[in-house]
Amino acid sequence: MLSFIGRRASHSIISVMGLLALVFFLTRLTGDPSSLFLPLDSTAEARAAFAKLHGFDQPVYWQFLQYLRDLLSLDFGESVRQNRSAMAVALEAFPQTLKLAVVAMLLSTALALVVGSLAASRPGSLFDRVVTLVSLSGASAPDFWVAIVGILIFAVSFELLPTSGTGSYLHWILPIFVLMLRPFGLLVQVVRGAMLGALASPYIKTARAKGLRRQQIIFGHALRNSLLPVITVAGDLTSGLINGAVIVETVFGWPGIGKLMIDAIIQRDFAVVQSTILVTATAIFILNICIDLLYAVLDPRIRY
Amino acid sequence: MTAILSETSVSASPGNARVVFNCLKRDKLAFAAAIFLLILTIATLAGPPLIGDTAAKLGLRQRNLPPFSFDHGWLFFLGADTLGRPILARLIVGAQNTLGIALAAVVFSMLTGGVLGLIAGYSERWYSQVIQRVADIIMSFPSLLLALIVLYTLGPSISNLIIVLALTRIPIYLRTTRAEVLELRERMFVSAAKSMGAKPLRIVVRHIAPMVLPTLLTIAAIDFATVILAESSLSFLGLGIQPPEFTWGAMVANGRGYLANAWWISFWPGLAILLTTLSLNLLSSWARTMADPQQRWRLQSLRKASR
Repeated sequence: MLSFIGRRASHSIISVMGLLALVFFLTRLTGDPSSLFLPLDSTAEARAAFAKLHGFDQPVYWQFLQYLRDLLSLDFGESVRQNRSAMAVALEAFPQTLKLAVVAMLLSTALALVVGSLAASRPGSLFDRVVTLVSLSGASAPDFWVAIVGILIFAVSFELLPTSGTGSYLHWILPIFVLMLRPFGLLVQVVRGAMLGALASPYIKTARAKGLRRQQIIFGHALRNSLLPVITVAGDLTSGLINGAVIVETVFGWPGIGKLMIDAIIQRDFAVVQSTILVTATAIFILNICIDLLYAVLDPRIRY
Repeated sequence: MTAILSETSVSASPGNARVVFNCLKRDKLAFAAAIFLLILTIATLAGPPLIGDTAAKLGLRQRNLPPFSFDHGWLFFLGADTLGRPILARLIVGAQNTLGIALAAVVFSMLTGGVLGLIAGYSERWYSQVIQRVADIIMSFPSLLLALIVLYTLGPSISNLIIVLALTRIPIYLRTTRAEVLELRERMFVSAAKSMGAKPLRIVVRHIAPMVLPTLLTIAAIDFATVILAESSLSFLGLGIQPPEFTWGAMVANGRGYLANAWWISFWPGLAILLTTLSLNLLSSWARTMADPQQRWRLQSLRKASR
């Protein structure tokens, strides 16, 4: 078990390093930040001094080696815009996104398990067809548009919810709802598919022959065996949730890591871009390892 | 693989084509989706020449014209935007970019991913490893963020948008192709070709690639909707398509500032995206059920099934 975690961690570290290298060189290609941060009429000397201060005057590969050296001593660079440690900026925003993601993912998984199982238990029924249509719509809806329409209806027309920002629990409703759409839609499809397969298997007949109640058969027997594919997809969706978070945070002005990254990219705040990527990638890799361990818990046949 | 194979073999003979059509007609949702996509395709291909440049013509008198009135002609039925341009006309013209970019990105990623997957699956040299590791890196990171970074580096333009969208989808085709090649290369016909002296390139191109293609086409069909959504997200964030060109996603972004007094500017293009991706997903889910022998009866004997 420990050796498995160690192996996975070393693989992950290689991937993260590759990603960092990719982003490092890509962001350096976007141009010199000094043209964006210094006033237009600043002298060539001032520009040179700025470049020297942040190390932009060195060749790119040398900057990268220096960046790696600093990483080893846990120095993640300074945010040019905010004049403080880039990692502090990223770690300040990350919990905001994490809170959104965890709540959205837990709610949509729980809801999808119940709704998908019930739909699969009576395939072809009205409930099943409504669920299929609703879940496919959820998976197909452009999230930025749903967010806008949500604001239009609930914030502008009825003035029930705030348009954007954080604060009261009311601020959570729209972002969570928009973030839930896609995972919920896709998960319902997966749960329904897996349950259809499970409910057709012989042990369900046995359970029925024993005289178990329908609820017990669906949730006690079939669902447990359908959980593995659901968890795989849920894991993929969680890392994809960052995509949704970028949109949701932009539309609702949520001070999370997605918005931070977009702002940092546009402002050419390289150190912050790298730190946000480091934080997100690490979180995703930890999540993936947790999912692999969860497999072993759910399916005793799997051993690491 | 079985999905598209049985699909194509079913629709190949004329008698079976009618069976498939009848099944499609029974599933009302899938039938509606097919009709919507048909109309959309016709409108996209034939619409823009008919409309001409009304979609770009400014009309100060029709500024923020509300929808559902025929007073200014049928093109203004869905209202007009802040510069008085008819939204319906812009939707039709915007469809060309929206669907064209998605189609180009899907084809590009399928071809590149397929070729790289063939190499990674058949060759055991070092570059096979490199290809896989790079694909792992791309897969392990949220696609939208990666696209944002690359797009900001390259600068937003239609061709760059296509490249970026393709880049984030390539690993999916690559992995599938590689997995299939690993299985196919052990088959008898490959050994036979090898023993007859065929070169690796010939084996891959003539014998293995045709076997992988149906799978890739299936994935591409499902991927199309995802790519439309990804493109509109990028354009919505302002890093995708740039004016004067526009897509549905960019139209939603344009109307965002006028929500309180002119909701229709961003509502209709978003609805168009939703209906298109929903239709694509409905159809592909229907095709999957059709292709699955265990589920197929649900579509064929819908009348007899207890409802």
